[in-house]
Amino acid sequence: MHSTAIKESKGDRVFLIANYIYLTIALIIVAYPLIYIMSASISNPQYVGSGEMWLFPKDITFEGYKRVFQEEKIWSGYLNTIIYTVLGTALSLAITLPAAYAMSRKDFFGRNFFMGMFMVTMFFSGGLIPSYLLVKDLNMVNTIWAIIVPGAASIYNIIVTRTFFMSTIPRELEEAAQIDGASTTRLFFTVIIPLSMPIIAVMALFYGVGQWNSYFSALIYLNDETKYPLQMILRQILVLQQMSAETGSIVEASTAEALSDKAEIAALVKYAVIIIATLPIIAIYPFLQRYFVQGVMIGSVKG
Amino acid sequence: MQSTPYPTQNASQPESETQLPKTTGRQWRRIARNWELYVFIAPAFFYFLIFAYGPMYGIQIAFRNYVPTLGFLGSKWVGFDHFTRFFDSYYFWDLIWNTLSISFYELAIGFPIPIILALAFNEIKTGFFKKLVQTVTYAPHFISVVVMAGMIITFLSPSNGILIHMLEWVGINPPDFLTDPRWFKTMYVLSGVWQGAGWGTIIYLAALSGVDPGLHEAAIIDGASRFQRLRHINIPTIIPTMTILLILNVGSMLNIGFEKVLLLQNPLNMESSNIIATFVYKSGLVDAQYSFSTAVGLFNSVVNCVLLITINQIVRRTSQNSLW
Repeated sequence: MHSTAIKESKGDRVFLIANYIYLTIALIIVAYPLIYIMSASISNPQYVGSGEMWLFPKDITFEGYKRVFQEEKIWSGYLNTIIYTVLGTALSLAITLPAAYAMSRKDFFGRNFFMGMFMVTMFFSGGLIPSYLLVKDLNMVNTIWAIIVPGAASIYNIIVTRTFFMSTIPRELEEAAQIDGASTTRLFFTVIIPLSMPIIAVMALFYGVGQWNSYFSALIYLNDETKYPLQMILRQILVLQQMSAETGSIVEASTAEALSDKAEIAALVKYAVIIIATLPIIAIYPFLQRYFVQGVMIGSVKG
Repeated sequence: MQSTPYPTQNASQPESETQLPKTTGRQWRRIARNWELYVFIAPAFFYFLIFAYGPMYGIQIAFRNYVPTLGFLGSKWVGFDHFTRFFDSYYFWDLIWNTLSISFYELAIGFPIPIILALAFNEIKTGFFKKLVQTVTYAPHFISVVVMAGMIITFLSPSNGILIHMLEWVGINPPDFLTDPRWFKTMYVLSGVWQGAGWGTIIYLAALSGVDPGLHEAAIIDGASRFQRLRHINIPTIIPTMTILLILNVGSMLNIGFEKVLLLQNPLNMESSNIIATFVYKSGLVDAQYSFSTAVGLFNSVVNCVLLITINQIVRRTSQNSLW
């Protein structure tokens, strides 16, 4: 970006070095916990617990993963999450894409009305309890619908997609299609969709990651454990058990010794479970980072 | 529109004009020709109607004693009873204080850090190092809130958390972060910064990429240092983005990421972790006080709206940038 033809002054050099140091510190702060968890998940829990393992794995063991895979709850949670994510994302796209396309058309009478109606929901909502009562009245409690339907569309994503359509689909294409007598539906499926793969990928990722990571709707709408998504199982393992184990060891200090072995195994399982639950996203993220960033950037143009 | 119209159009125009005003006739034709677009928007329309406006209709139970068997309209109207009960309760000021202090704390720390980080990214050339730092700092954004809470609990666990060990190594006697109310807010805010700061830079980098390179070249020729260019070119460039984000942040002041608070909350740190949103969840869904907690939630929404409108007005008076 910046011209390098002119030699940098001493002050600039100092500034740049300080800048690199700052970024390196930021890098270390963010990367360290991630590396630690990976190392901890395959180290001997004794060294992890005592703090002797603090960066690289020590006395490598896969006991944690073994135990995680033996846990039936994790398998069912994983399967449920995959189902919720795939169906939820499909539903979200089915609502978002056509709506965004309709609102991108300048000749669509009423687009301002729909836009206004959707935008209001960004700033004002009915709140937790009325939403819950609605889902209950629709008889969706304890079904998959309660997980995928109430949060299916986001106005933010619709606006981003609309901005993409408006800035990349040439008006002439639509006019040409109309002159040829092609219907809007045909145009949408045979021309617009193939041209819009980048934004569809971004939207699928945004919705998909959101669904994969969500636990709250499962917490309030599901009461059958076999339907729990992975995040609810994680909550049981990572948050609830830990809390009881900690307070337990504080209260009964005398039995802490006997408990420590069990606690160490439990800790090992925790690290392994974090890796397994986050793996799909970690695995795809470096390849798709560009698309995620693009999605945010398109949003900020209009934002 | 000045081109000579087709004869057929010319002939039909006067006819429609006599029956309907010109624009209405055109509009109807436009609507009829684009009927498919209404089919396209129908799913979104019904989605928002049912799942966004439906709950708004349900807000009325804040003013009633809602009994599920009687329905919304059948339940007794009690006016502002639930609100006054909330305002008079002994925990009202605690809830307000916790909610506002966490918000301000988060804003004070969490708002400037992505800006500084984005400006720093912008100074260095595209290359391996920049890509590495960006990829790594963006990554925590994708960690789920449950895993995040699990990480905090594991890292700060008093018996074997690694951060506790580290504090001991440098000779500090670590407090009990997880249960000490004095540490709850810091724990919440700093973990949020760790998770969100990198991702938060993207929007500023987008603004910075729009800077005219000619400005920098001219400044270099005039002998401006890097810092001077940062101060007088880059920062003014991102001020509109900063303003908009600031307005949005203030407008959602009372909407703390309550899913994380809920996960980190325990009876021992309740004193500083009890916020309006978790209170609504507990009194509404755990204790089934539907009407009362709807009233509390409505109070929260209204305060948010007022804050958003107020800050937008203030910003609009003092600068050119505002949401509307």
